[in-house]
Amino acid sequence: MPPRTVVLLGPQRFDPSLRESVTKLGITGRIAVITAGWQEREAEDEELSEHLSGRTVNLRLHERAAEVFRVDQELKAAHRERQEVLRHRQDFYRIRLEHHLDAEHVIRQRSAPDDILADEAHASIDAIRSLDAWHLAQCARVRKDFHARCDVAESPILAQHRHEVAAAIKECEAVAIAGGHVASLMNRLSLFQIGKLVGPRAVFAWSAGAMAISERVVLFHDDPPQGPGASEVLDEGLGLAPGVVVFPEPEERLHLDHKSRIELLARRFAPALCLGFPPRSRVIMKGTRLSAPQGVICLRRDGSHGVFDPKKDNA
Amino acid sequence: MTPPRQTAIQELLASDPNPAKVQAFLASGKRFPIVEGSSVTFIWYGQADGVTLRHWIYGLESDSALVRVQGTDLFYLTAEIPKASRVEYKFEVHRGSTNQWIEDPLNPNRARDPFGANSVLQGEGYEIPTWTHRDPLAREGTLEPFAIHSKSLGARRTGSVYLPARFRKTRLYPLLVVHDGGDYLKYTGMKAILDNLIHRLEIPDVIVAFTDSPDRLREYANDERHARFLTEELVPDLAARYPIHDRPQARGLMGASFGAVASFSTAYRYPGFWGRLLLQSGSFAFTDIGKRNRRGPLFDRVVEFVNQYRSEPIAVSERVFVSCGVYESLIYENRSMVPLLDATGMQVRFVEARDGHNWENWRDRQREGLSWVFPGPLMFVYE
Repeated sequence: MPPRTVVLLGPQRFDPSLRESVTKLGITGRIAVITAGWQEREAEDEELSEHLSGRTVNLRLHERAAEVFRVDQELKAAHRERQEVLRHRQDFYRIRLEHHLDAEHVIRQRSAPDDILADEAHASIDAIRSLDAWHLAQCARVRKDFHARCDVAESPILAQHRHEVAAAIKECEAVAIAGGHVASLMNRLSLFQIGKLVGPRAVFAWSAGAMAISERVVLFHDDPPQGPGASEVLDEGLGLAPGVVVFPEPEERLHLDHKSRIELLARRFAPALCLGFPPRSRVIMKGTRLSAPQGVICLRRDGSHGVFDPKKDNA
Repeated sequence: MTPPRQTAIQELLASDPNPAKVQAFLASGKRFPIVEGSSVTFIWYGQADGVTLRHWIYGLESDSALVRVQGTDLFYLTAEIPKASRVEYKFEVHRGSTNQWIEDPLNPNRARDPFGANSVLQGEGYEIPTWTHRDPLAREGTLEPFAIHSKSLGARRTGSVYLPARFRKTRLYPLLVVHDGGDYLKYTGMKAILDNLIHRLEIPDVIVAFTDSPDRLREYANDERHARFLTEELVPDLAARYPIHDRPQARGLMGASFGAVASFSTAYRYPGFWGRLLLQSGSFAFTDIGKRNRRGPLFDRVVEFVNQYRSEPIAVSERVFVSCGVYESLIYENRSMVPLLDATGMQVRFVEARDGHNWENWRDRQREGLSWVFPGPLMFVYE
């Protein structure tokens, strides 16, 4: 089976470019859309549907999840408990991460022989990478425990909805995943096993949607009220877009001219590519091969950033 | 080399001033006090034998005399004030044997509090934060009145509960309890701030109980009954009526001045229950030797409490936001608290501002404070 085509796009809210990519791939059939990241506004997809000439089928994952939890209280309680554990894990990870990042910053300001500084910088990044990996492993363990304790396949209401979602996707030629609240979206994608159901279909994803289908979801914002914050790993994504870390709206959310921050991001997540997706940007992936980039920004390990060039940047 | 530019008052003085020139100076469209970089000139115009500037900058002499421009009724005083400062002041006008403290008639800016108002000098670079103004795009939450009979206090307490826009009973929300709630709403416009910060995703949807006390100087000064009322009566009452998370991380206390003492002493009496504290210009008076404090008997119980805490600091909460104006006399006490709190393992954020002990200061720090104790989903939403 040839590798599935995945198209990662920039935000679609004000100047949508999805249709151009759909046309480029020659997709003429129906498109299953997932707007679960919009949470309660999930059904407000008129503009998206119109943009795709009415060929959309909204999978209504947010609404379905609400119904599943309404009917299956046991599953709801277990799910809530799992989320609580994940929240604790994220809090503790964040505390450690801030200390690691502080140490990296302090060491970076020091004067010392170049070889010592290089060694120490390397050690700082290694420590952060280890912590990220440890956190991902904790999250995976929490999910595994959840599945071990709570056989979700035994929930009739969930099975029914999974069946309906699978049937809806079967009728479609592609799947489009919109942005929104990334954690909420990931929960719904996972609950309905979208990673498995997609099959060989082309996937179009933007903003939180693009983050959620990558291997590793990284939360970031350099301008929160408290000043530049620490980018933090949230969890594993669906892994449909391997080898990249997705940064939507980099001009808005990242201090792109802050070289040490960019360098840290790029080195921390290497060998994955750190790619920023401004509005109207896109890149096409087949497996790990990236092609036809348009306006995508690459965050490089030397702290620079620039238009992504697969030949140059995909080392 | 270019000579330093003259200030407006220097130009007037150099022009051989007379009453007509002073009138022209006043009518020239200037804003008073005249702010020229860090140089600030206070102006008083009117019949007087003398005028004194009374300001609320702790540590500086508070009675600086203005100088009369000879042959006119114009008085002036030039001072160096750091940029972005807000300084409260009044003029003391001397006429014969009478002295009168008055707000600056040439300056429309005021700092208000329950006891009155002072004029406010806004230094260069100070701007009222945009997020304090109602954002028409932000959906409005609602305020509902509440009343509860407190067994601890032996009296009825009333207040209002803020529910965020699109409030739903099927969701769980964090709870923030605010001391001097009526004043926070009236003098800081906290409802609009909550609406705006929620809209900007900087804080989550949150339920806020605005509480008040008819005897705050007593009940807020480390009063066991007050702590019991909040923790054992108010929270269960609100939890029975609203969908509130039952975990410390989702429970916060907030207050300014004595309200900060009430928040902290309540958390101290129930360690681990209140996971978030927002303390503004806390009246954390203490003594290093003996029990006598320079602030008077109202502070006796506060001093007793803070001294006790300082001798044996413990972690009472998880995340604490502390703010204080550098022109307040309480800056020393607040700065002193921070390393103590920090050493217990609590996560502490301390913010200083070039401001005083007033509601505008407490308004301007709310974005940093609220988003520190209850971070919003900003990091989670990518549209």
